[in-house]
Amino acid sequence: MEAALEARRMEKRFGKVEALAGMSFAVRAGELYGLVGPDGAGKTTAIRALAGLIDLDAGEARVLGMDPRTGGEVREALGLLPQQYSLYRDLTVWENLKFYARLYVLPRDVFRRRAERLLAITRLERFVDRRADQLSGGMYKKLALAAALLHEPKVLLLDEPTNGVDPVSRRELWALLHEFVQSGMAVLISTPYMDEAERCDRVGLAFRGRLLLEGDPAALLAGFDEESYEVAGGQRDPVEAALARLPQVRAVSPAGSRLRVDLDAGSRETVTAALLPLGAELRPVAPTFEDLFLSRLHREHAA
Amino acid sequence: MSPGQSIEAEHLSRRFGEFLAVDDVSFQVEKGEIFGYLGANGAGKSTTIRMLIGLLAPSGGRASVAGHDVATEPEAVKSAIGYMSQKFSLYLDLPVRENLRFFGGAYGLWGRELGRRADEVLELTGLAEHRDEITGSLPGGIRQRLALGSAVLHRPSIVFLDEPTAGVDPEARRSFWRLIRDLARGGTTVFVTTHYLDEAEYCRRIGLMVDGRLVALDTPAALKRTWVPDRVLLVRGRNLAAGAAALREQPGVRAAEPFGAGLHVRVDPAAWSGAAVAAAIGRQGGEGISVEESEPSLEDVFLAVVGRGATAGEAAP
Repeated sequence: MEAALEARRMEKRFGKVEALAGMSFAVRAGELYGLVGPDGAGKTTAIRALAGLIDLDAGEARVLGMDPRTGGEVREALGLLPQQYSLYRDLTVWENLKFYARLYVLPRDVFRRRAERLLAITRLERFVDRRADQLSGGMYKKLALAAALLHEPKVLLLDEPTNGVDPVSRRELWALLHEFVQSGMAVLISTPYMDEAERCDRVGLAFRGRLLLEGDPAALLAGFDEESYEVAGGQRDPVEAALARLPQVRAVSPAGSRLRVDLDAGSRETVTAALLPLGAELRPVAPTFEDLFLSRLHREHAA
Repeated sequence: MSPGQSIEAEHLSRRFGEFLAVDDVSFQVEKGEIFGYLGANGAGKSTTIRMLIGLLAPSGGRASVAGHDVATEPEAVKSAIGYMSQKFSLYLDLPVRENLRFFGGAYGLWGRELGRRADEVLELTGLAEHRDEITGSLPGGIRQRLALGSAVLHRPSIVFLDEPTAGVDPEARRSFWRLIRDLARGGTTVFVTTHYLDEAEYCRRIGLMVDGRLVALDTPAALKRTWVPDRVLLVRGRNLAAGAAALREQPGVRAAEPFGAGLHVRVDPAAWSGAAVAAAIGRQGGEGISVEESEPSLEDVFLAVVGRGATAGEAAP
């Protein structure tokens, strides 16, 4: 089957910075594809190329087989939520949506039905009469997403759509995306949230303009052979101070009330010995996607 | 203001026309505490902060910050605090150190003291190696650290951070929080909002806002005990969706939701064991099932409080 969205060896340079260095991936209709990676990995540039907003130095971007810079049919098929976007700040929530409906020539009843549903899902119903410039950052973002979804595009590009969105709304937005995907939409989403990466059908880990790895998140995790640990027992502050002094400890992060630690391979015993006098011990736990992500990046930085 | 408190809010309210953005909010924050202020978008978090830092006059109630009343002494409040907003501003065309010198100058530092303090902050934020680089050429996570650095140049006793880590990748978020905790260890009070509930675990206490009201306030551990007194199970395996749907229909099952690639299941501990949950999912075609006892996350707390608070608007359960 032909890909709904295709990046073919995309290359793009901004002055000294190589934003895209041969990035390739494809997204099918009915698939939710997550692009994850650190700042500066090329995620935003890839999305802008697929939206037809920039010219590539080499390689191609394709949307439903078409060049996204050609307009017309491609524009109808494409929904885009960029990181920086502008709504009419002096219009209300409802008026902003109405403006987008006119842009896409939606019949009045279709607009009303979709707008009400999107407002309910984004919990913006109470704020329909509020001007866009009076919205909090997260609410503004949700309104922009609702506007991008109004014309129910076949292909949806979302550049970090959930930054600044609260956990309840975030969950609801994901439920909504899954619904759209089940009805056949192809969705490409970039995100810094690792739990969101795990909710995608496939993910690509971007670094320095290309993909380091790609696949079904559950399968990638199953193939991840490093051990992950939690610290059980002890007082948090002294434990953290001890971990900070150990060069074998790559990262420490909270996991609920416990601490999760990333260790260099083969250093379990050294770390265990250092924790012993503090009444704490290491406990193996199932690795998460964040462990996999950080481990791969450490390896790249070391290389 | 009682000694040991660095922020005190009493019946603080703010109205915008018909809309009550902050509704009768009272709390205290101790010196050197990391205090998390959580809530859904539009719940009133930023409005509270803007009142506490003297940018917005309260419609009702009162608050004092670092010993100064926010309504009558807003200028004294502003010089005692540091503030990093959701959309912090830096001069992108200036080198890192020049940004610090600019903001230090704006806070009244000058001469040798300004240079010395800029260098201290470069060390503190781990930005010394980037001191001569153009700010706009640096990744978001580094700029965020610089923004925090510029907010603490004048050695404020309290910093207000409004969603400081929005959109920052996991590694940069970790190093940002190391910085926040170093500040707190040095005695600075930190008042922070975030939507990343894993990092909210670093807060000593957390206040939760729903529709302008402060409906819960406690340590992360106590919030979990109070609001989510369930058995929490982390289920992994394949073909879990049908089992999750069937579980949701069962009495004693409070939630069965996707969590990463697995399921997060919350049940009445008197009615369900982990093995019973595994068996129920297995009957619906789930394969390779493993069940791990977990503890409630702050996200569970958030969903419980915001879900209930939005309908009831009441305090404790």
